[in-house]
Amino acid sequence: MSDARDNGEHDKQQTSEAALSARLQRLGEGLARQRAEQTTDNAGEDRATTASGYARGFRLSSELVAGVAVGAGLGWLIDRWLGVAPWGLIVFLLLGFAAGVLNVMRSAGVVTGTRFDQGFGRDREG
Amino acid sequence: MQINPIEQFEIHDMMPMVSMGGHQIAFTNSALYMLLTVLVVSALLIAATARRAVVPGRLQSIAEMSYEFVAHTVQSTTGSEGMKFFPFVFTLFMFVLVANLIGLIPYSFTVTSQLVVTGALALTVFFVVVGYGFYRHGLHFLNLFVPKGVPSYILPAIVVIEVLSFLTRPLSHSVRLFANMLAGHITLQVFAAFIIMLAGFGVLGWFGAVLPFAMVVVLFALELLVAVLQAYVFAILTCIYLNDAIHPGH
Repeated sequence: MSDARDNGEHDKQQTSEAALSARLQRLGEGLARQRAEQTTDNAGEDRATTASGYARGFRLSSELVAGVAVGAGLGWLIDRWLGVAPWGLIVFLLLGFAAGVLNVMRSAGVVTGTRFDQGFGRDREG
Repeated sequence: MQINPIEQFEIHDMMPMVSMGGHQIAFTNSALYMLLTVLVVSALLIAATARRAVVPGRLQSIAEMSYEFVAHTVQSTTGSEGMKFFPFVFTLFMFVLVANLIGLIPYSFTVTSQLVVTGALALTVFFVVVGYGFYRHGLHFLNLFVPKGVPSYILPAIVVIEVLSFLTRPLSHSVRLFANMLAGHITLQVFAAFIIMLAGFGVLGWFGAVLPFAMVVVLFALELLVAVLQAYVFAILTCIYLNDAIHPGH
């Protein structure tokens, strides 16, 4: 009697486990499918947009120019406020150039894995 | 006949200047088209969600698709925590998208080809990022500028460069949209002017004018792509920047 009940419970447990694993498998398959779709989506996007060399070049050059311009502007302001001309302009122009190069490398995806631009890999369009 | 390709970007006063608190307040054509953009977006979304059918009609599909598209972008870039910024990103995306598309209608004015407008949008994003970063993380937000695993003797220089790189964001963010729209519209105008100029040369010119006309058709399709793509780029860059405010230093 108790044996039979034990068996019954055991069976039930097994079936629920089987059901669970089946569900998990289905979930895993669904996720894999979606992920594959997403990666192919991204690949298509990449192809469509990297084909436009003009957009890519424009994006990279705007990053570099923005870096230099902000560096120069900041240096000029520091010169005016602190009266250390021309050193502020010289130092910050160089630093701005470095920041511009950093921006270019980030948006081109050469430098990855640093903290605040994992997202930059997807910024492939103009 | 409009041959000057820059003329389309001129700002005119639509109403007499009003002086308010010592400032000249002018209602220009730029302001008119911004107002128009907001009205179009509002009317579209209100009309689209008026019926709330289970099986969406055309308008409702547009609204649902744009919602899902932006929601997916925000979700995948900033995580579920970033969804509190969804209204902000959606507003920006719809404004830029509709302004770009309205600008493609002949004789209309392109709001996003004005650096003032895109600059204001980008600066809003920048200040939201800085404000929310400090509000949420306090001084830990500054960890954003301190990369890990850098030798301590070059750390000061790296931090300054990182700060500068952070400050360049509103500039490249706004210039990218502005310059794309400006360049595209100038190109269109120049090729359209070629048609008129060639057609002025008589019968042979008419046949010659077919070439720039074909070019204008192709360019217009390209500009349509650029208009949508730049709205998307603006939105996704906003998301990337917001992501820094939500999760600095990782």
